[in-house]
Amino acid sequence: MAQVTLRNLVKHYDATPAVRGIDLDIADKEFVVLVGPSGCGKTTTLRMIAGLEDITSGDVVIGDAVVNDVPPKDRDIAMVFQNYALYPHMTVHENMSFGLRLKKVPKDEIGRRVDNAARILGLADLLERKPKQLSGGQRQRVAMGRAIVRDPKVFLFDEPLSNLDAKLRVQMRTEIKKVHQKVRTTTVYVTHDQVEAMTLADRVVVMNAGRIEQVGTPNDLYHFPATKFVAGFIGSPAMNFVPCGLEQAAGGLRLSLGNGPALPVPADRAERYRAHVGRAKLLFGLRPEDLFEQRPHLEPGQHAFEAVPEVVEPMGMETLVLFTLNGVETCARVNPGCGAKPGAPLKLLADLRHMHLIDDESGQVL
Amino acid sequence: MSAVADAAVAAPVPRAGSMKKDRRRALYWSYFFLILFVIFFLTPPVYMLITSLKSSAEIGAVTNPWFVYKPTLENYAALLGSKQYLTFFANSAIVSVVVVIVTMLISVPAAFALARMKFWGSATLGMGVFLTYLIPETLLFIPLFKIFAWVQNLTGIEVMNHYWVLMFIYPTLTVPFCTWIMIGYFASIPKELDEAALIDGASYFQMLIRIFIPVALPGIIAATIFAFTVSWADFLYPMAFTTSADQLVLPAGIVTILIRGDVYAWGQIMAACLLGALPPLLIYAFLMDYYVAGLTAGATKG
Repeated sequence: MAQVTLRNLVKHYDATPAVRGIDLDIADKEFVVLVGPSGCGKTTTLRMIAGLEDITSGDVVIGDAVVNDVPPKDRDIAMVFQNYALYPHMTVHENMSFGLRLKKVPKDEIGRRVDNAARILGLADLLERKPKQLSGGQRQRVAMGRAIVRDPKVFLFDEPLSNLDAKLRVQMRTEIKKVHQKVRTTTVYVTHDQVEAMTLADRVVVMNAGRIEQVGTPNDLYHFPATKFVAGFIGSPAMNFVPCGLEQAAGGLRLSLGNGPALPVPADRAERYRAHVGRAKLLFGLRPEDLFEQRPHLEPGQHAFEAVPEVVEPMGMETLVLFTLNGVETCARVNPGCGAKPGAPLKLLADLRHMHLIDDESGQVL
Repeated sequence: MSAVADAAVAAPVPRAGSMKKDRRRALYWSYFFLILFVIFFLTPPVYMLITSLKSSAEIGAVTNPWFVYKPTLENYAALLGSKQYLTFFANSAIVSVVVVIVTMLISVPAAFALARMKFWGSATLGMGVFLTYLIPETLLFIPLFKIFAWVQNLTGIEVMNHYWVLMFIYPTLTVPFCTWIMIGYFASIPKELDEAALIDGASYFQMLIRIFIPVALPGIIAATIFAFTVSWADFLYPMAFTTSADQLVLPAGIVTILIRGDVYAWGQIMAACLLGALPPLLIYAFLMDYYVAGLTAGATKG
């Protein structure tokens, strides 16, 4: 078991920068997920930790040792790939034991470790099968088994669930979490799926354009995003961003939304936002779940306004309502029973206790 | 359950849609051209077989050349009883087997390096390998002859007129092509497989032996068949480099001993060629499935 530290890690492909200086401390036994859109440098970062990619500058530290020039096999890591990368001519047992056989680990020790991993992953009956005789989920479990038997310091996962169908993905996600709870190995997991990131991680690292946008626990990122990018990336449906003005009004501050309603800023936030009164290019950020149908009792911080739904999307347990607010398409999550219909005016409540004010120029949440 | 099964059986009502008609027409044309193709390529061997079963007298007689009136195995008996013919056969076998081994020992690692180990100039080298294959042997045999003559003069080792010299010459034909097909085959193996092996602790040599060769076996078999066929059937090089009867390989030997001046022993020539075609035929028959897989790999794999 070991901690992993990245110090000012940079990677350039010829002149193109892929990773632009990353600093990250991953604690022993921690499950860290790197998440971001395609091309944000998350996989490159993982591959640099694995030693499959040369480092342009900076350091990768595993345990106490800088491993920049250490070949992958000597880094004591195990990696699970998106396309499983199982050896097609070997049985499940041979696939899982390949690394140990190369290291000349005694046969009975190999048998013990493979059996243990097979038991954890429910592969005991499949050990003599070849990969082509397995389903996608089973193959991915074998790939994880191959990592577990090596008992490495660090597990690296490179989008391991992307090739599975939606249902299996949810199932395997739970299995990965269970396996981590059992073996407690330091894990770095790369995905572009923010739901995977939120559900699996102890801490999530949101990356964008080769840089870290924010590091935090899933709840921190959700409730206290540092930038517009993180606010928009984490959460589904995504946070609404509506251009707004911030004005001084009697008894506090007020958000003006052009032709939309004027919303009073809750008193506990007014102090923080006061310096930005009159500032241009501000965005009002509110998650869809903080925009809902009118209820009998208005709580402090909630404000009612009328909207005309353009699209209504029933999801079963909730209904998404899309309407235009100050020229921007905005999403609200309402109760399916509230009778939202396209074109029919609907009373909505905005819960401003969870609002965000964003500087659209710098992208920073204020 | 049975109701569902009944419905499933009853559901497809056969109807002659336009797709079906179209498909049938396409099939007719395919059969037409395939049969044409088969006739074109099978006529010579059939003619050879017919002629090989005739006596010299019958071949010379004015009869229907496509029919055997008095079938005889005398041509085959004469050949199989001839020490010379068996020597040619043995020479061919030794040369071909050694060439196949040499070719594989060179082209498999070469293809692995060119396909998988990024190094300076690897792309140019790969292209160079392919270009080498494009130079025909009719252009190469005179310079090669000069080189071997020069080596012989320089070292005093007699390299001309020995069948083993072909073991050095044939790889100039087989190595580039085999390397080239193997590069394609290795390139079709997902990159993550090497990375997984690297992380598992394999060296490049172990990766080649334990992962790439087993996975690329169909491609290697395809390359083996090619190398064997080329070295078994090549005519020009043995004609140029060997002359003594005991050093000849089959293709050169047949025309040397069975054509004397302007006298052609047609029956024996045909029998000798048919017998000579047997080993490649047997190898194809055994390895055909692998061979086809080898030639089509990479077409659909990502």
